[in-house]
Amino acid sequence: MHQVRKNPVDWKSVREDFPILDQQVHGQPLIYFDNAATTQKPRVVMEALRHYYEHDNANVHRGLHELSSRATEAYEAARARVAGYIGAASADEIVFTRGTTESINLVAQAWGGKFLRAGDVILLTQMEHHSNLVPWQLLAERIGAQLRFVPVRDDGTLALEQLDELLTPEVKLFAFTHVSNSLGTINPVAELCRKARAVGAVTLVDAAQSAGHLPVDVREIACDFLAFSGHKMCAPTGSGALYGRAEILEAMPPWHGGGEMIVSVTLEKSAFKKPPHRFEAGTPNIAGAIGLAAAIDYIEGISRAAIFEHDSRLTNYALEHFAELPGMRVLGPRGERGAIVGFVMESAHPHDLTTFADQRGLALRGGHHCNQPLMRRFGLPGTTRASFYFYNTTEEIDRMIDILRDAARFFA
Amino acid sequence: MSTELEELYQEVILDHSRRPRNFGTLPNADVLVHGDNPACGDEIHLGVHFGADGKLEEIKFSGQGCAISQASASMMTMKLKGKTRAEAGELANAFKNLVTSEATAESKGLGDLQLLQGVRKFPQRVKCAMLAWRAAEQALAQSAGEATISTEAEP
Repeated sequence: MHQVRKNPVDWKSVREDFPILDQQVHGQPLIYFDNAATTQKPRVVMEALRHYYEHDNANVHRGLHELSSRATEAYEAARARVAGYIGAASADEIVFTRGTTESINLVAQAWGGKFLRAGDVILLTQMEHHSNLVPWQLLAERIGAQLRFVPVRDDGTLALEQLDELLTPEVKLFAFTHVSNSLGTINPVAELCRKARAVGAVTLVDAAQSAGHLPVDVREIACDFLAFSGHKMCAPTGSGALYGRAEILEAMPPWHGGGEMIVSVTLEKSAFKKPPHRFEAGTPNIAGAIGLAAAIDYIEGISRAAIFEHDSRLTNYALEHFAELPGMRVLGPRGERGAIVGFVMESAHPHDLTTFADQRGLALRGGHHCNQPLMRRFGLPGTTRASFYFYNTTEEIDRMIDILRDAARFFA
Repeated sequence: MSTELEELYQEVILDHSRRPRNFGTLPNADVLVHGDNPACGDEIHLGVHFGADGKLEEIKFSGQGCAISQASASMMTMKLKGKTRAEAGELANAFKNLVTSEATAESKGLGDLQLLQGVRKFPQRVKCAMLAWRAAEQALAQSAGEATISTEAEP
């Protein structure tokens, strides 16, 4: 199904699969280092969407005609592709969503609404993206549950030594990110799940920053839920998935009502389909799912191990050269980490730096990165963030260093 | 260096951001406005003391933010000092027009503040320039019409 590239990977030809990268911004060659926000899309993904709309477009699961059969087949094949990609036992464990945020809200409403009670504790960490914090705040407010947080150490890792104390029997859910979107920290997710299981807590892994960057296997991690977004891994925006262990999805009530998720409906009452369709009311993002499957084929053609190695090489190269810049403070752990580098420069505020960089064709992100509590923990109003993907190069990092050096001089 | 960048970060603006004028707290402030820009974490604390003649006799600010927000606040305090409420309100309107409207607005005595016109080309940065002015407008609104306000902050 997916083509396997010869080893070693020809990164130069990989880059050529992304037409958007070949352009000038403000008269300079574009350097796209905002991959933690969203990644660019390779031609094969755009071709998959085009092919679907040119040949197979129809609604799924109910048309008794050829196009509907094709669309349904492609949509369900995409589900199986996602299941295989993250090591799920069955395609029935994959619910298509608009992305990580919707996946987490689904769990908070459908699972949390049914199984959590007043006084229960939801354990999170201090490094969660707002998407893995706000849905739990809303739920806790509604049912009277308590939120508790695993602190973050100065080096950007979780204070694991406090975990035993925090994981009391009142903890019914432990939700945490795999890779921090501000710090680049890779959390020991399998260990966190094992400890949570020991006290009977259900686990949710936010894989938004890991699914397209490193091998992710839900049976190795042994989580109950895992959420990720397609658009951060070469797929279209509005595509994404929730993995839920079969028994746990089975026990959950629907969250959205409508067509596609019912078996029979009377005016008074309805019977609902089994998972995953129980959680997919209305016409789904069919093209998005097909695009996501194409992205998975593409990524597996390179291999996540090779991507992680390449990303790590870029990250280490950047960290090494950041150290040469004056007044530079880099957040996050040394050693193994995701391809995300958050930093502050003494002489320039993140917004000034980001504007300056943009005028030189360099796309960085400046601000709080949907991590306001984490920024407060480090005493910062925000940071500047460079995040890499496999189509980026060390030459681009060299140019970034030059631009940052110029900025330091300009604002000093 | 691009022209737009040079227009945005003119030397005068960088100078105000590096060495903001009227920076600090105002012990005898009649009005104190805390403003923040949650989208980017910029914050300002603006203190205004009105004189017996109703003019903005003293004005100071503290807080943190980008070069644009700091420079805008610094230049604003210099400009508003000694102005009547009406004059200050007019300047605030003129500044808002300067950074947001497409038309070449009348400068109306903005002086060096006209240098901030460069933010027009950077729509995401307009609110950085406006933060201090929104705080000032609030300060003017709070004091207007309430003769008793000054009493609680008499030194």
